Amino acid sequence: MSDTYQTPRVPPIDQVGIEERAGRFKTRSIKKAAKKAGLNLAITMVDLTTLAGMDTPGKVRMLCRKARLPSQTLDTPKVAAVCVYPSMVPIAVEELEGTGINIASVATYFPSGQSSLEGRLADTREAVEAGANEIDMVINRGAFLAGEYVRVFDEICAVREACGDAHLKVILETGELETYDNVRLASQIAIDAGAHFIKTSTGKVKPAATMPVTLVMLQTIRDHFLKTGEMVGMKPAGGIRDAKLALRYLAMVKETLGDAWLSNEWFRFGASSLLNDLLMQLEKLESGRYHSSRYLSIS
Amino acid sequence: MKDLLFGDMWGYDPAPQGTDFVELDERYGHFIDGEFVIPEESEFFPSINPATEEPIAQVAAATEETVDKAVQAARKAYEKYWKKTKPAERAKYIYRIARMMQEKARELAVVETMDGGKPIRESRDVDVPLAAAHFFHYAGWADKLEYAFPGAQVSPIGVAGQIIPWNFPLLMAAWKIAPALATGNTIVIKPAETTPLTAMLLAEIIQEADLPPGVVNFVNGAGATGAAIVNHDDVDKIAFTGSTAVGKLIQRQLAGTDKRLTLELGGKGANIIFDDAPIDQAVEGIVNGIFFNQGHVCCAGSRLLVQENIHDEVIDKLKRRMSTLRVGDPLDKNTDIGAINSLEQLNRIQELIGAGMEEGAQMHQPDCDVPETGYFLQPTIFTDVTPSHRIAQEEIFGPVLSVLTFRTPDEAIEKANNTFYGLANGIWTDKGSKLFRVAGALKSGVVWGNTYNKFDPASPFGGYKESGFGREGGRHGLMPYLKLS
Repeated sequence: MSDTYQTPRVPPIDQVGIEERAGRFKTRSIKKAAKKAGLNLAITMVDLTTLAGMDTPGKVRMLCRKARLPSQTLDTPKVAAVCVYPSMVPIAVEELEGTGINIASVATYFPSGQSSLEGRLADTREAVEAGANEIDMVINRGAFLAGEYVRVFDEICAVREACGDAHLKVILETGELETYDNVRLASQIAIDAGAHFIKTSTGKVKPAATMPVTLVMLQTIRDHFLKTGEMVGMKPAGGIRDAKLALRYLAMVKETLGDAWLSNEWFRFGASSLLNDLLMQLEKLESGRYHSSRYLSIS
Repeated sequence: MKDLLFGDMWGYDPAPQGTDFVELDERYGHFIDGEFVIPEESEFFPSINPATEEPIAQVAAATEETVDKAVQAARKAYEKYWKKTKPAERAKYIYRIARMMQEKARELAVVETMDGGKPIRESRDVDVPLAAAHFFHYAGWADKLEYAFPGAQVSPIGVAGQIIPWNFPLLMAAWKIAPALATGNTIVIKPAETTPLTAMLLAEIIQEADLPPGVVNFVNGAGATGAAIVNHDDVDKIAFTGSTAVGKLIQRQLAGTDKRLTLELGGKGANIIFDDAPIDQAVEGIVNGIFFNQGHVCCAGSRLLVQENIHDEVIDKLKRRMSTLRVGDPLDKNTDIGAINSLEQLNRIQELIGAGMEEGAQMHQPDCDVPETGYFLQPTIFTDVTPSHRIAQEEIFGPVLSVLTFRTPDEAIEKANNTFYGLANGIWTDKGSKLFRVAGALKSGVVWGNTYNKFDPASPFGGYKESGFGREGGRHGLMPYLKLS
């Protein structure tokens, strides 16, 4: 146990106020050139994800090819990363070699994380050794809700160490933390423990990412930056399925953290079906009409 | 020190609201006895779009004679139809007006923005829906008046003369007309001379809703027209919203008569931020409190009282937030701050900004583009303000915030109450007991807790001290239009 880490003091969050502010970003009207730029930007930020018990090497190969070349007809950028279970990392490594696309893996016994710390660290090391250069870990929500904040901090520190050079994304599972005050505190603890990114959800719990929850996390990142000059990344995950919503998230990032965060180095979408809607909307901008989803490859 | 960059790496393209479906007349007169009329001898004045400086319509100024016709029409309608109309029947008319406002919401919002300069985002999301909500609310009260004041017999007063301001033209018309109709009164209402157009659209709605002729009459004009309403012998009640100076004049003129009077006047609201407040939401509340509708809000939170130990943090966050506000074309859906309502008002605001600087307060404005044509002003805050500064005392009625500090709750209460106004205040703290204690000690009609500028038809609104008397909204809002016996 860390004997120096103190539970951080974080400002309270007013539920009505944060939800109202998040709602304001929905009224931003993004059109024409701004829309095209935003859609392309969003593609570069996608962590294309498959996290199912029924995943097979074939499914992962398919996903990797989609990540490299999202569309047959449009000239689009490639996505930021492919996110898979540790057992699938070798397949992704094989498929993505030389593409510059990152390989993210959900370690620490995702999604519950309910196992011994040794087990979770071993899971992490295994994923890194297999070639993952980004690790998405889940925090110990049981410990957090029991008020054992120092333990949560220590565990994140240990996983960060086990990551070596790989980037660490810390999943708070905000749907289980329930209150915005908890989200703010958990975000601060994760940042203090050295998270490169903080992430909302596993996608296995509802509600997953929401705009107000993401805004609380962005504000934590902002305050940390203003205090220390260190940048931390943000990844909302789960439930972001359409382009319109993705653009609203980008507006929220732009007006909360500014231009520096409008890059996949600092902002990601954890999503699987978002990519196709982004492509569909780009196609619409090109041709003036929507085409059938049968023209898009499944992901 | 590193800071956030709010640059234009990913700028939003303009998103202008279309106006081609809006049909405005070149000239507007008055709506009297169910008809639109323009008297032959009329003098006209232009209604100017403050964002373009172009006149968008010519409006006739009503003389004493025209006002008299309107009052006579209202009197006749009162005696002949309206006081005999069954309450449930009155409710149907009011409900119909509300529904028709919703159907024409887009047109009302666009005209409100063109005529007054407020962002379309606000006229679309606040003014029009809230105006319709007031009609819905009072439609519900019309047949329940005897339950509103148990044990009392209620009856209408008669003919109500109503004078409304330019900052929320449609909403203020709704606040005035809906309760007066619900309680069985007839109406002569005068919109402000700089923003009469949505009232004319509302008159069209009232005509289409088939209200008996004369129940609601609109007369246009400036101060002289208002005076003719106030001084008319056959008006039973005056309801005025506007400046304190004019309110005092009206009160003097009515002294000794048996006309009833309600006044909703100026304000210099304090937004009190304690150090245990949810700071980011408080900053949002400060922005909403002073920059909503370009600060043309009588209950604007124009004095920020911030606890000394968090002053720098709050001001830093506020400045950063201000730099993301978009000032410009009010018809652009992305505009946060539109045009100042008139050149006269812009000059007055700038005069007070000058006074603030002369008296030694520190002025801050974000580095933002402002259109060259039109009456625009950057959002402005002053720090190092003391209660004796003019900018801490006088109502500026523009996007200008004065920042003062305090150290204890008692000092905050004392400073907040140190004004001749008493309309609205805001308190920001995470501690409920503190919120209720301070709220109870503030001399103002409205106190918002951890929010600001929230309105609801069910919630009464009105002032203490020189902010006026009488309440609008909710059950309380029925009282000024009823005789209780």
